[in-house]
Amino acid sequence: MSVTVKIPTQLRNVTAGDAETTVDEATTVGEVLDGLYDRYDGLRDRIAEDGDLRRFVNVYVGGEDIRFLDGLDTSVEDGDEVTILPAVAGG
Amino acid sequence: MAAVEALECKECGARYALEARHACDSCFGPLEVTYDFSGLDREGAKRRIQAGPASVWRYADFLPFERPPRTALAAGVSPLIRADRLAERLGLGEVWVKNEASNPTHSFKDRVVTVALAKAQELGYEVVACASTGNLANAVAAHAAAAGLESYVFVPADLEEQKILATGVYGTHLVSVNGTYDDVNRLCSELAAEREWGFVNVNVRPYYAEGSKTLAYEVAEQLGFELPDRVVCPVASGSLFTKIARGFEEWREVGLVEGDLPTFNGAQAEGCSPVAQAFEAGLDVCKPVKPSTIAKSLAIGDPADGPYAIDLARRTGGGIDSVTDDEIRKGIGLLAETTGVFTETAGGVTTAVLAKLAERGDIGADERVVLVITGEGLKTLDAVRGSFETRVIEPTTTAFAEAFQREAVTS
Repeated sequence: MSVTVKIPTQLRNVTAGDAETTVDEATTVGEVLDGLYDRYDGLRDRIAEDGDLRRFVNVYVGGEDIRFLDGLDTSVEDGDEVTILPAVAGG
Repeated sequence: MAAVEALECKECGARYALEARHACDSCFGPLEVTYDFSGLDREGAKRRIQAGPASVWRYADFLPFERPPRTALAAGVSPLIRADRLAERLGLGEVWVKNEASNPTHSFKDRVVTVALAKAQELGYEVVACASTGNLANAVAAHAAAAGLESYVFVPADLEEQKILATGVYGTHLVSVNGTYDDVNRLCSELAAEREWGFVNVNVRPYYAEGSKTLAYEVAEQLGFELPDRVVCPVASGSLFTKIARGFEEWREVGLVEGDLPTFNGAQAEGCSPVAQAFEAGLDVCKPVKPSTIAKSLAIGDPADGPYAIDLARRTGGGIDSVTDDEIRKGIGLLAETTGVFTETAGGVTTAVLAKLAERGDIGADERVVLVITGEGLKTLDAVRGSFETRVIEPTTTAFAEAFQREAVTS
């Protein structure tokens, strides 16, 4: 099983320019992010704080904000697309 | 010498050059333009304002440019109307209506767009774009047309027809997205990373937001360089609400006005009130909602500046209130009947919240209150359809006398 993750421009200097990557063996959004933290040094501090996402970080699964689902416990399935974006836009 | 300095993260203080960038690389916090006003002479600034053009550019000393840009479509300098009949109806002392419907595309969005497009051009963009609940769509399409820029305007599919028509007419690429505004916003955030476009409320957002400060400057100037005691203003993303305060704060810093920052009351529709709910619950972050309200221009379920709007309301002793769709319709009627100003649903929200504050006794009898009416009633006609009766008669005096029997007898 494999989940695709879309990485925003703000994080690409810690992902060696990767705009998209895949994480295998993850069943929740939290585990997907853990997979990214293992792979990319310095990523965790950018988007997480005290075990939760920073307040201006939005994460979506299949276009739905995870705050409308189960947050970091939101389950992911093979082929899902997880998107990380800065919350500061619009209005 | 221009006072504009840099972009600075509101969360962690990291600084960046004045480029197309809206979120902090380190913490994702919002970036805001900073200025150094220490070299700005108060009297000189006042003279330049009073001798300046009848547009937002009269406040160029406080906008993010080295020198005032030339723009094709003027925005700003809307009337501040003393609303004695509204005040009397609500049992208040002094109420002023800032009527933003007088802008070129009939909402306050002309202010932010004129600044955003000037910056987008300065940064070299040939295509501009936005995610909009309607008013911004009108403004981006119009100002892009006037400036000769190509534009893409993204809106939720359920938008009012008036706002769709008043956007497409300018020859923009109008994109209707099957989803809520928050879906549109997410899409635009993703597109902004892929395209070399100036998205006014994504990568150009720090400059765009600066345009809202001009509303505060204007209110202060129109009151004779004085501050009001209270501002009642709609809250969608919270950007306008917080930037009005920033505008007043800057003028206090420079010495153009004196006294305390006004009390700030935010207005939301109950069907989309994440900021009011967080305020009520004593939280400093907003839980996003799925909007369901007739006030579509305020239907942002995930407000970017929500935490700062809550903070502003708290530290000025104000609040964030919400009103029902029925109250919104009544608010539109109340404003129209007492001031002659016909506002869209967002203005109905704001007027209804003013009425609520008055009823609750939150507003002192000696207070000078400014009601920020952000847009035009002709854009949301459905909100008033069926709210009054039209008499249909044959073209005879008899028919008229029959229809208006009571009036005819008494005259």
